[in-house]
Amino acid sequence: MSMVHLLLALVGAPFLLGVINRTKAVLAGRVGQPLLQGYFDLWKLLHKGAVYSRTTTWIFRAGPIVGLAAVLTALVLLPLGNAPALLAFPGDLVLLAYLLGLARFFTVAAALDTGSSFEGMGASREAFFSALAEPALLLGLATLVRETGQLSLSAVYANLTAGVWANGGLSLTLVSVALVVLLLAENCRIPVDDPNTHLELTMIHEVMVLDHGGPDFAFILYAAALKLWLFSALLVGIVVPVRSGVFIVDTAVAILGLLATAVLVGLVESMMARLRLVRVPQLLVGATALAALALVLEKQGGLP
Amino acid sequence: MTLLLVALAIMLAGGVLALASVSSSRLATAFGVLGALAGSAIGLVPVVQVLTAGTTIALHLPWNVPYGSFAVTLDPLSALFVLPILVLTALAAVYGAPYLLAHAEHRTLGPAWFFYNLLTASMVLVAIAANGVLFLVAWEVMSLSSFFLVTFDDEKASVREAGWTYLVATHLGTAFLLVLFVVLGRQAGTLDFDAIATQGVLPGTANLCFLLALIGFGTKAGFIPLHVWLPEAHPAAPSHVSAVMSGVMIKTGIYGLVRTLTFLGTPAYWWAWLLIAVGLTSGILGIVMALAQKDLKRLLAYSSVENIGIIGLGLGAGLLGLNEGQPAVAVLGFAGALFHVVNHAIFKGMLFLGAGAVLNATGTGEINKQGGLMKRMPWEATAFLIGAVSICGLPPFNGFAGEFLIYLSTFNEELARTMDVAVPALAVIAGLALIGGLALACFTKAFGIIFLGEPRSDSAASAQPAPALMRGPMIVLAILCPLVGMMSPLLIPALASAVQVIGGPNVRLAASQLSGATSVLTSVVVTTSILIGLVIALALLRRMLLANRSVRASETWGCGYVRPTVRMQYTGTSFSQPLTDWFQPIVQGTKTEPVIAEYFPQGAALAVKPREVWRERLYAPLFTGFGVCLGKLRWLQHGRAQLYVLYIALTMLFLLIWYLGISA
Repeated sequence: MSMVHLLLALVGAPFLLGVINRTKAVLAGRVGQPLLQGYFDLWKLLHKGAVYSRTTTWIFRAGPIVGLAAVLTALVLLPLGNAPALLAFPGDLVLLAYLLGLARFFTVAAALDTGSSFEGMGASREAFFSALAEPALLLGLATLVRETGQLSLSAVYANLTAGVWANGGLSLTLVSVALVVLLLAENCRIPVDDPNTHLELTMIHEVMVLDHGGPDFAFILYAAALKLWLFSALLVGIVVPVRSGVFIVDTAVAILGLLATAVLVGLVESMMARLRLVRVPQLLVGATALAALALVLEKQGGLP
Repeated sequence: MTLLLVALAIMLAGGVLALASVSSSRLATAFGVLGALAGSAIGLVPVVQVLTAGTTIALHLPWNVPYGSFAVTLDPLSALFVLPILVLTALAAVYGAPYLLAHAEHRTLGPAWFFYNLLTASMVLVAIAANGVLFLVAWEVMSLSSFFLVTFDDEKASVREAGWTYLVATHLGTAFLLVLFVVLGRQAGTLDFDAIATQGVLPGTANLCFLLALIGFGTKAGFIPLHVWLPEAHPAAPSHVSAVMSGVMIKTGIYGLVRTLTFLGTPAYWWAWLLIAVGLTSGILGIVMALAQKDLKRLLAYSSVENIGIIGLGLGAGLLGLNEGQPAVAVLGFAGALFHVVNHAIFKGMLFLGAGAVLNATGTGEINKQGGLMKRMPWEATAFLIGAVSICGLPPFNGFAGEFLIYLSTFNEELARTMDVAVPALAVIAGLALIGGLALACFTKAFGIIFLGEPRSDSAASAQPAPALMRGPMIVLAILCPLVGMMSPLLIPALASAVQVIGGPNVRLAASQLSGATSVLTSVVVTTSILIGLVIALALLRRMLLANRSVRASETWGCGYVRPTVRMQYTGTSFSQPLTDWFQPIVQGTKTEPVIAEYFPQGAALAVKPREVWRERLYAPLFTGFGVCLGKLRWLQHGRAQLYVLYIALTMLFLLIWYLGISA
């Protein structure tokens, strides 16, 4: 059962990107890219050769690999709604967060390896913003742990029924809002980062991987798609508390939720402009504050 | 126990022989290193025995000192602290041999090795002492020998200054320890730790003792605001001494605090709050200050403050559990803190040895002058990378396991019952997460700017790899990091027996509480094995894909710039600039910006300097004010011998009256 939705994630992640782009195109009055463009890009890149800079060392070549491996391992720990993850144990949410941190370390190191000011710029900003985003993720997941009384992500999400929403709806709403902000921040979406900009001065994630090409870049794009799937699954598991017990129904609802999240991201990207970089820390601290408030409000019996 | 004492004797003998060989520095080094290695190897035998079996060995000999006895006890808690002491000092001694021999032309090395072995022996004695007087004597010897080691390069004024700061700070801390032992001794009538522990302490006295211990031992450990000596002393010392000081000497402060906790019975609620607050402050402020530093060793020193903060958070969580009567929380919190003590010794020692290699190769420790050292020193760079990834607490290395246990302790649902416990638990989770994120920023800066990219100065461009004796210990420590990480489930029994000592009767069967932790850590190891497998698989996949395709080398894409220069790279200061600007209230750095007025400016300069906030804003005014007040008493020192004799006579008269008055 868990293998099925792991395979779904592996196959379906680039499709989410396609949905986001199609939403943005529809709202802008364009026809836009094909829905399967993500797959075409990966196919093209996997068939190319590679060019490596003479400045770089093995760290540059290891960055995309460690990044993708870390996100894949995080997917092994990720439940989808009612279906448990492949591996579940108490405290696995901490491991999930820190695996994403491992991917970040090597991406930043690979960026600094090029010896270029563009990558350094992106690396510097990414280090700052992700440091501020870490507490939000862990506090949000800790709130879910407290809310359901379970210690493992799979058990937490399996127990997030409508009853739990009735009991602690305020906390869960705050956590959802924090997770939405985190989703936008960690997956380089507007308002934190613009995935379509060509100006290095405004990039964060795009510019860190500027020098990669060929199969390396394919790994990076695929890892980014998987990370989007991961955060969307975390969000959908909270917001859509359908736990019918029938595998087909739960999975179908979860997939619909993921597609809805992608459409939501496309809407946000079309309706907002990017925030000034000095405002991004304020947004992230706001998300952390919401998650902290959610954790404090969560006590046995809900609100005081 | 005799084996351990024999080991200490061998170390001291090696040191004395080194001191005696005045003529040849090589002979002195040989004696010193061999004494350290032999002593550590022999000393490890009883330590490992105690840790695996969970037993306690003790020795009690009388000593002709008031209230003193030569009582030494090696219980699992002491053994857990002695283990990293022996291992790290042995490896650092091997590293220090070629490091110091490079300085051999203009000074003799005998004293350096004598004090090094004396430092090791006194640290072990601090950890096993079971009598207050013996403890204080060993503590003082530890402080003095490390002072002499810190001031090895004493022709530099900055080193002398750092030495004085360190000496004053450690003695101020020891003053509080004196008061602590006096209070404990008056209560129990003796200074033997066993007697004090069994007799217990009254609650009012317990609060006072906790505060005294926190300040006294906290000065050695490096809690903020008692940390001001750390960023001065650690960079000033030779690198192998910095590794020992940062890796194990500051942990003796943690040991003292934990041992005092075993005397004080069930902790009060505010103890846990205070320790969590101190841990949070030290952790966050420490790592932010580390980000602002431009010298690698100062950065690592501030990072030690941060890690002591993490240990403080773990201890606070454990105390919270003890206070609430939740053994599961207490055991996990203490286990995480103690595990972090061992882990930090490994990777911080590794990082300082790496800093020494960089210093050796390029002649400067300034981060902004390095670059591209990975190509010139690949082994040292990879070892430094492993240390950097470990200190950020990332899987699959050992840093993750310790922090994971602390997280697990705070997730316990018993901590959600009331606001009283929910808020500290929240503080621990948020604090650990923020500290981890900032540590990632700090160590990507340290590793990336120094070892990656292009060399930013000629000295970096012409760097040579370190000699084999310096590389060897670094590689051993670098192998230990993932090894300890993957073997963490096997180390739980040793941690359990140590935690049992802390918890005492309040924590029944710590081993059974931690058995759950063993299975959890095993799952973590399984997951990280999957990670490693995926890394290897993806690497092979890429090799397969690129097998028959063109793989070229070229310049880094510069967006069309035809003449990229090395100066266009990011420096360490620019990398951390968003963070240090945002945390300006903490860092309070000074920035002199250029004022460009003309259309074709010829040149401009920008200077960014971090500031020692606590030292300048708190201690300097305090000590200056103290000096001014005492200066008002200068009229007492007039230089006339007759009046000085009168002072002595008056004092003796006063004492006689007081003594007779009391005895009457």
